Amino acid sequence: MRAKNQRMTLVLLGMGAMLIAALLAMWGLRDRAALFLSPGDLRTRSVPAGQAVRIGGMVRPGSLVRAPDGVSLSFVVGDDTPRTVPVSFRGVPPDLFREGSGVIAEGSFAPDGRFVAAELLAKHDENYKPPDKVAAAHRTETLR
Amino acid sequence: MHALANPARFLSFARPLTPWLGWGGAALLGASLFGGLFLSPRDYLQGETVRIMYVHVPTAWLGMGGWAALAAASASHLVWRHTLAGIAARAIAVPGAVMTALALATGAIWGRPTWGTWWEWDGRLTSMLLLFFLYCGYLALNAAERERGGEAKLSAIFGLVGAVNLPVIHFSVIWWNTLHQPPSLTTEGSAIDASIAWPLLGSTIGFTLLFAAIVLMRMRAILGQARFAARLRRAAA
Repeated sequence: MRAKNQRMTLVLLGMGAMLIAALLAMWGLRDRAALFLSPGDLRTRSVPAGQAVRIGGMVRPGSLVRAPDGVSLSFVVGDDTPRTVPVSFRGVPPDLFREGSGVIAEGSFAPDGRFVAAELLAKHDENYKPPDKVAAAHRTETLR
Repeated sequence: MHALANPARFLSFARPLTPWLGWGGAALLGASLFGGLFLSPRDYLQGETVRIMYVHVPTAWLGMGGWAALAAASASHLVWRHTLAGIAARAIAVPGAVMTALALATGAIWGRPTWGTWWEWDGRLTSMLLLFFLYCGYLALNAAERERGGEAKLSAIFGLVGAVNLPVIHFSVIWWNTLHQPPSLTTEGSAIDASIAWPLLGSTIGFTLLFAAIVLMRMRAILGQARFAARLRRAAA
């Protein structure tokens, strides 16, 4: 084998091995690299009350209630599984926070199973449209 | 490809190509940014902040594409020992790092009003920050190797190893729950309305042409420096 071909084989083998190693490492990380748990994830993973965690999903349409004090909100987060999580939050939510949209809440579970969020992040989906092309009310179909 | 490995032949086509790429890219970029900032509509949810995308997407693409090119050049430097390939990898590193930094900065500026946070350690953001650090590491390693007068073999290997981060960046939003949204442009079509996608396409091509022109300029500068150094050595001898 010529030296050139030898080096080529070596580089290709090295790249292949590195790629497999990286994919294995990422696969090992899996849900530990996730930024948040969805309600469906909570079926298999129990999070003790009081432990700091991020949960994320869709704000169920019709579930958003603003308290008369103006800064307290409560809503229900769901995903494509039947499980839902009631969330309460005191503060100013981001502009894109709305019903039918994705949300990530940082906080912890209260003993009664309600999630008390210290911070809310709005998720943006992959759709970009001008205002005049949006016929129906905004709705995000995918959780991601 | 191998014919281009000859520096003289490379220069004979790089010299006339540079202004075409540079001015063509600048014109296209200017027109697209004008279209993106003034003519295209705002987004129905994000409002005017959608326009940050016209810089964010091209710079993110070039940050990743830059490393892919750097890795390809590193591979041909290792396999065929083309000096020009090593020079190309070195020429890509600085503009690639700048593009990655721009993508991170514009992303943070977009994230504050849209998500409600400048930064979140999610899969996409973290792997993109890692890409920026990889560029910095490459630059440091390459500078150290050149100081010692080697043929930059280690930085070429580093360039190849760093390439494993590219699929991680791409698939991060699919593998993991992330704050960053999944790709809008997939094989199934575009989730971006045409009126918003056109300036984006134009600015992406414009940025890419400009990037290519900068890389060619840097390669010519490095070749010129090497020739100058060689002439100095001959004069001193």
